[in-house]
Amino acid sequence: MTEQTSPVPPEAHAASGPVDQPPGRPHPGPSPLDIPARSSAPAAPKPAPPRPAPPAHRDAPAPPAGSQPAATHPPRPQGTQPASAPQTPGAAGSAGATASQAAAAPVVKAKVTGAQALVMALEQIGVDVVFGIPGGAVLPAYDPLLDSDKIRHILVRHEQGAGHAATGYAQATGRVGVCMATSGPGATNLVTPLADAYMDSVPVVAITGQVSTNLIGTDGFQEADISGITLPITKHNFLVTKPEDIARTVGEAFHLASTGRPGPVLVDIAKDAMQAMTEFTWPVPYDLPGYHPVTRPHSRQVREAARMITDAKKPVLYVGGGVIKAGAAAELKQLAELTGAPVVTTLMARGAFPDSHPQHLGMPGMHGTVAAVGALQKADLIVALGARFDDRVTGKLDTFAPDALIVHADIDPAEISKNRRADVPIVGDCKEVIADLTVAVQAEHSHGHTGDHAEWWAQLDQWRSKYPLGYADPDDGSLAPQYVIERIGKLVGPDAIYLAGVGQHQMWAAQFIGYENPRTWINSGGAGTMGFAVPGALGAKVGMPDAQVWAIDGDGCFQMTNQELATCAIEGIPVKIAIINNGSLGMVRQWQTLFYNERYSNTNLGDKKAEVAGTRLPDFVKLAEAYGCIGLRCERKEDVDAIIEQAMAINDQPVVIDFIVHKDAMVWPMVAAGTSNDDIKFARGMAPDWEAMDE
Amino acid sequence: MSQHTLSVLVENKPGVLVRIAGLFSRRGFNIDSLAVGPTEHEEISRMTIVVNCEEHPLEQVTKQLNKLINVLKIVELDPAQAVQRELILIKVRADADTRSKVLETVELFRAHVVDVALDAVTVEATGSHDKLEALVRVLEPFGIKELVQSGAIAVGRGGRSITDRTLRPLERSA
Repeated sequence: MTEQTSPVPPEAHAASGPVDQPPGRPHPGPSPLDIPARSSAPAAPKPAPPRPAPPAHRDAPAPPAGSQPAATHPPRPQGTQPASAPQTPGAAGSAGATASQAAAAPVVKAKVTGAQALVMALEQIGVDVVFGIPGGAVLPAYDPLLDSDKIRHILVRHEQGAGHAATGYAQATGRVGVCMATSGPGATNLVTPLADAYMDSVPVVAITGQVSTNLIGTDGFQEADISGITLPITKHNFLVTKPEDIARTVGEAFHLASTGRPGPVLVDIAKDAMQAMTEFTWPVPYDLPGYHPVTRPHSRQVREAARMITDAKKPVLYVGGGVIKAGAAAELKQLAELTGAPVVTTLMARGAFPDSHPQHLGMPGMHGTVAAVGALQKADLIVALGARFDDRVTGKLDTFAPDALIVHADIDPAEISKNRRADVPIVGDCKEVIADLTVAVQAEHSHGHTGDHAEWWAQLDQWRSKYPLGYADPDDGSLAPQYVIERIGKLVGPDAIYLAGVGQHQMWAAQFIGYENPRTWINSGGAGTMGFAVPGALGAKVGMPDAQVWAIDGDGCFQMTNQELATCAIEGIPVKIAIINNGSLGMVRQWQTLFYNERYSNTNLGDKKAEVAGTRLPDFVKLAEAYGCIGLRCERKEDVDAIIEQAMAINDQPVVIDFIVHKDAMVWPMVAAGTSNDDIKFARGMAPDWEAMDE
Repeated sequence: MSQHTLSVLVENKPGVLVRIAGLFSRRGFNIDSLAVGPTEHEEISRMTIVVNCEEHPLEQVTKQLNKLINVLKIVELDPAQAVQRELILIKVRADADTRSKVLETVELFRAHVVDVALDAVTVEATGSHDKLEALVRVLEPFGIKELVQSGAIAVGRGGRSITDRTLRPLERSA
């Protein structure tokens, strides 16, 4: 059982294995490249599929040497010799008593089918959950999956659900989410979630069956060129036609998905490659000669940025989703407090910096706070950290922050100077960049260069107090959607995980919940995928089973993917779905109100006849019950708290709450599409008076 | 707008060409010409891509190209420090009366006749884009029946090789 435990110098291992993770890349959670011992340990008890240890605390999920989790991870004894190569993976040697912690990397060899090689590779990588639906071309993979005691397969109802669940899982945990589908329509149903994950840089691996090699290119039954189709919406993809390539390619896919700028990777495997015999070997070296993500920032650039930060009169830290991906929230807080600069967090970065922090101005952009938008607009220095100057943040680009110098730090060099030219570009992982910046700013301070931002803060505080986020209760006594969301945030608290679909409810959820921790706000930011919330919540709950998971959803979004309620009920995934039901496609309706003369073309989801008869179509409470969930409805302000509390008390079943809200509520503030941030309105027709405040 | 010549070393794998061509079209960049072929290393192919754009979009396209997993290296070749050639095949009308005049022109451009028929000759020429344009202009009056042209290929002058050394690395630290 312990025949291959002799520790050897790390370099010996480095030479023998594929562990070419860039130094210091903070990978949240166990790296897919750390071959966990458990995968080669004697079979784990069936009822407890081992999940990679959840992050000790969300803020610092990456276990770099010396950090908290390291205490439970003693230096790994490294296996080098193909010591008595175990013939079956289940009987492989382990690293002894501490096998589950101190992973050896024994070489695993076995004569198996390509499909078995696939499942074994997934097990070796440490995959604990796969979301998917079987079908003809992927059938060979599903057979050995049935025998895996390490991988839980969650059978969803639509492949789109599998993709979004994998995304929700990845966003909640920092680990790679995995989804699986068959060829043709199964694979094309993954297109939307892949595009979604690509836009939001989420590490997802999609595995699809492909028709047999002799049928590829013949318009065979259920054939689709999914690698061609997903070319522009994946970080990379593979078509595998040889069984001996399967394990390596799967390993490469996880490496690509989780390192550098994360993103979705698709592995399309021909059916005959899965059926043929091959020799499974693990670890297997990667063949990625063109892939070298840069994670360590250039020290000269960092020093220059630090000098500019301490020189600036009106600096702003513009924080994007990259900070959460890098697990750099703790570093960010340190830098922010050191510099005293205001912080704005984008839609993808809500939770990267506590909303309760006095330096936090909130979200910038189209529906950002006046203070956050104004701060960027009037800044003399913008320090962009893992953000990408998206059009929803900048408004009309050539009027954005006209007086600001730009420091732009991102792990993807192509983001830097893509939209707005950077004065100081920094390529690197945000965790390292921010840590280095902190040291460099400290050095400036020690030379007496401390910024004075008193005047700047006076102005910011004036905007903040004069134009806070707010809303009015509807005149007719109906429910304000913002109130519902605000109460959910208050009662459920900042330790829960919140998801949203896309539209008004998403913006209100971003504005009114109140986020204190990273990875507690998950939404479809870049792609704007309606229907993300229900399957996303499913995946998040599977990844973080001890957290309360609340999906704030719209009635339009909900009807796009609510079939996954069946998955939640059957698989025992007790999520909470709060439907903000205004009977219409609210955000589109808002634009029709503002820009199309209140001509409500095809945005009313209600059935007029049914409304007259006092019924709703569909009746979400009945629908929830039909799906094996608890269905609740709330129509009055005074019932909101009690119903939220009632839902919170249910922990063994999914809960759907139908909040009937006023249909004319609007999201404010708003920068109309294509206009300048200078023209932000904090309510209809109401613009902040910048000039008066400039003095 | 100015013309830039990019030498792109890529893995010799199926689908790489479509990844590169697709990236140009979906990011809204126009390719003037693209030529691809094997190199001295079996596992590496080399593409010569001529683009017409400003400096800023060029930087963006280069960065985006660099993100493609199969792309190994990108070098912009400075026209003054590189040899750039295109190949052209022109089927030009030439009967007994005009053939000698056509041949004279061909001679002037140091081009070759690679096929002769009763009513036409096929001319092969290599050279810079400008030279080939001039040749076409001069042959036009005789009547061009068919014309086919390759994309440009280019190589840096001097003894260095971009396979092991970058002449002007576009993969800036930013």
